Formats: sequence, C-alpha cells, structure tokens
Amino acid sequence: MPVMNTGLTDKEIISRILLGESALFAVLVERYQNYVFTLVLRFTDSREDAEEISQDIFVKSYRSLADFRGESKFSTWLYTVVRTSCITFLRKKKLDTTSIDNERTLIQLENRESGFKANAIEQKSRHAMVNEAIRLLSPDDAQVITLFYQGEQSLEEIGRIMGLDPNTVKVKLHRARHRLKDKMEKYFSQEVSELQSD
Amino acid sequence: MNTKEQMEERLWDYIDGLSSPEEKTTISALIAANLEWQRKYTELLDIHQLMDSTELEAPSMRFTKNVMEEISRYQVAPATKTYINKNIIRSIGAFFLLMIGSILIYFFGQMQGGDSGSSPQVTQFSQTLQNNLNKFNWSKIFNSTYMNVFLMINVILALVLVDMYLQRKKQQSSH
Repeated sequence: MPVMNTGLTDKEIISRILLGESALFAVLVERYQNYVFTLVLRFTDSREDAEEISQDIFVKSYRSLADFRGESKFSTWLYTVVRTSCITFLRKKKLDTTSIDNERTLIQLENRESGFKANAIEQKSRHAMVNEAIRLLSPDDAQVITLFYQGEQSLEEIGRIMGLDPNTVKVKLHRARHRLKDKMEKYFSQEVSELQSD
Repeated sequence: MNTKEQMEERLWDYIDGLSSPEEKTTISALIAANLEWQRKYTELLDIHQLMDSTELEAPSMRFTKNVMEEISRYQVAPATKTYINKNIIRSIGAFFLLMIGSILIYFFGQMQGGDSGSSPQVTQFSQTLQNNLNKFNWSKIFNSTYMNVFLMINVILALVLVDMYLQRKKQQSSH
C-alpha cells in the first residue's frame, strides 16, 4: 500500500485532524485512494461511478472520523464505510450483487463474461489480466481476494470487517481463488500459459 | 482422505504461511516426494504470485483535490457514543434491577420456617409483604400471552447484549 512520506502514522494524522488540522486529511486520501477505488471497482463496472462513490466514501469517513477509536487499522475501519456505501449505491441502482447465488447476479455475470469474451483477443498485461479476472467474480469473492492480496488485510481483519469468523474467511478465500483460477483458465488461458513460460 | 480439494486447501495454507510447523514439514516432504503434489503446488504458487504482484487501480489525478474541496463544506461530527445519554441506560438498568429485586423479595417471602434466627421486625415485614403479595393475582399477569412474549423478548435481548459484550471483550483481548 503506498504511504505518503509525512513521517506520521494514520492514528497521529487522525488525532491532529480531530484537533482542527483538516488539511491533513489529504494525506489519508493520498494513502488510501487506490485501495478504496479498487474495492469500489469490485462492486461496479463503471470507473465514473467508482470515482464518485470513492469520493463520497472519503467525505463520509471525514465526517465520522471521531468514531474511529483506533482499535483496528484505519484501512479496516475505512473498509466498513466502503462496504456500506457500495451496498447503498447498488440498492439505489436496484442491482442486487451481494450473492453469487442470486439469479440476477448470474445474469449480470453472464453479460459481463460475454463482453470479456469479445475482448479476450486483446493482449493484456499481467496486472490488467488479473484485475479483469477478479472483476468476473461475484462481488463477495472479489472483495475477499482484493482485501487479502491488494489490501494486505489478515484473515482476522477481513473477518472483523465482514462480520465473519476467520475460518469462514479462509474457506471463502480458498473458494474465491479456486473460482478465479477457473475464470483465468477459461478466459485468459493463452495469457496464463505465456506468463508461465516467461 | 486426501481428496483434490483437501490437497488444495492444505497447499493454500502452506503458501499463505498458515500451516503449523508440523504440517509445514509434512507438506514440504509431500511436495518433494510426490509428483502430483509438486505439480499442484507449482500451479497454486503461480496464481498466488500473480495475484500478489497485481497493483491497485488508481482514480483520476484530481481525486484528492475533489475530496478536499468537498470536505471543506463539512465538519467532523461528534463521536456516536456521545449521542447516547447515559442516564437513559442507567434508568433501564435500575428498572430491571427493581424488577429482579421485587421477584427475589417475593420468593424469600414465600419461604416458610427456618426464620428462627431473624429479628421480629424482619419477620413482621416479611409476613406483611407475603400477605400483600398473596392478595395480588399473579396468574393474571404471568399467564397472559403478552407478558410471556414480553419476557421472551427481554431474554433474547439480554442474550444478544451478552453476546455482543463477550465478542467485544474477545476482540479487545486479541489486539
């Protein structure tokens, strides 16, 4: 995770913001904008929507900063705001994408997949390929993978923010990785074999 | 015992560093000796490294500026816990304590004999209380469906609160 070189920890910055140095919030935004934006992109396909929601998340976080008690990492606390905001956004858009078992989700997923099939001929970088494969997963699977690998959260932290037992998170992560592997083999088999032969 | 799924689970734990030292040794030996384990391990490790190397997506260059412009219109709200008036919580607690106290007094009043050591004032008070309580038709209250539902809700709420309290304690102790 990128860390802006201020020499201050998140908790120190928050204490100073609460004392009136609101300009320091920019440091937190710089530090966590990619993390938040990526997580939001797991819920929505549109970068424009993701940017708008991310902006809203930071505003909400700023307003409720006094509620951050420092018992967990700031990124963990921030994720709870991300999740609530994304779910609210999806509800507003009348898109229920919280469960892979949901019929509508499957329809959406199929539409997304067919779109990706058409674009699969295009050569993709390693980074873009994995991100696109993650986006083919259900939002729940994508969230777990993103939090674990890109958000660098432990199973305990993911469990805390998702309201799940760490063992359940572990099982979810295993399954999500399994599904990701299937997606990559199905849609990016050529790229995967090229990468493996590198 | 070693189905394909179990093998993958054990290997993922090994890759994530979640295996116990004994399990780690066992898996290392299996990878070294068994071709199937070796092949699966290489496959999963490739995926792990691929995911590990991915970067986060970045929003537009103006993102921080937009956020800062937006927050300049707001102020940090006071912490949520200060919204909850402690007097309300204390009143609810006092109400339940009073209820429990009344029930206990009633049961003690029902006890017969064995009071030879208590003072005459206590015995008199106990008898008066018992007479008054006996006059009251308790069955009307406790046989009522509404009262039973009310009591049941209270019990469930109490269990939920205890569960929340214990989970918070557990989380605090794990930090």
